Amino acid sequence: MSSHMKVQVFVRLKPGVLDVQGKAVEHGLHEMGFGDVHSVRVGKLIEFDCAGAAAAAVQAKVKQMCDALLANTVIESYEIKVQG
Amino acid sequence: MKVSVVVFPGTNCEHDVVHLYQNLLHCQVSVVWHRQADIGSPDLVIVPGGFSYGDYLRTGALAKISPAMKSIAAFAKQGGAVLGICNGFQILCEAGMLPGVLLVNASQRFLSRFVHIRVESTSSFFTKGLAKGEIITCPIAHFEGNYFVEEDELKRLEDNDQVVFRYCSPTGEVDPFNREWNPNGSLHAIAGIRSKEGNIVGLMPHPERAAEKLVGFIGAATGLRPFAATASAP
Repeated sequence: MSSHMKVQVFVRLKPGVLDVQGKAVEHGLHEMGFGDVHSVRVGKLIEFDCAGAAAAAVQAKVKQMCDALLANTVIESYEIKVQG
Repeated sequence: MKVSVVVFPGTNCEHDVVHLYQNLLHCQVSVVWHRQADIGSPDLVIVPGGFSYGDYLRTGALAKISPAMKSIAAFAKQGGAVLGICNGFQILCEAGMLPGVLLVNASQRFLSRFVHIRVESTSSFFTKGLAKGEIITCPIAHFEGNYFVEEDELKRLEDNDQVVFRYCSPTGEVDPFNREWNPNGSLHAIAGIRSKEGNIVGLMPHPERAAEKLVGFIGAATGLRPFAATASAP
């Protein structure tokens, strides 16, 4: 019997890292009259299916993927969500 | 002297490097496709500029896992000389062969213009023939050239004399906050760095595009100087 999990990885720039995309979006929102907006940060959402029946095992495997490729931990942090 | 130049889908600066080494410095040049694990037996490997794999995910992130890059990493580990220019520098950083990362330019704009860079360290295969303080004038052409590294690693780089080039004024003054001199906003105005051993060098500017008077800055070809030094190496 094979099963798979739905995986979501959120990749965000670490707090100290300048996010020029976020700045540009914030500026755009202000231009459109949404002056209440502050501290815009733009990140990435990566979704995939991963074979495996145990959420913990999949979580551990995805962590390896994040450290190796999906995020650059010098400047980015990541958050993993696994659903059966 | 044998030079291998690796090419990924999206690389676009390999011709300049091949022309320079073949026609100006008379070296034996091989072009290595990224799917090839066999990089030949070169004295020097060059990872040229471009947009490898369309810069997907992050610049350089997908290129690092190609068979050619794995061989290049092993080659460097044995002490082999590796030079990364522009996207090649980004790839070497992503591969963990050099510390740090290249962020989007502080101006949020693609920058295509001449810059002046000052030689900071001559303890690398690429700068050993140059004088400390010497100025090279050549183009930059990048969107992600803003060098960033964590504070403790930055201190290590500075303490170990690993900063090879810094962006500077036409007369050699360095001011990281001057956007005319340091246009992408790099930390400490860093334009290029070397590995601790000095056999891996990465830089964002393109000296290979200013290696002949015809295309150099005001008729000068200072970009050829570091390459010429590598070609005269044993």
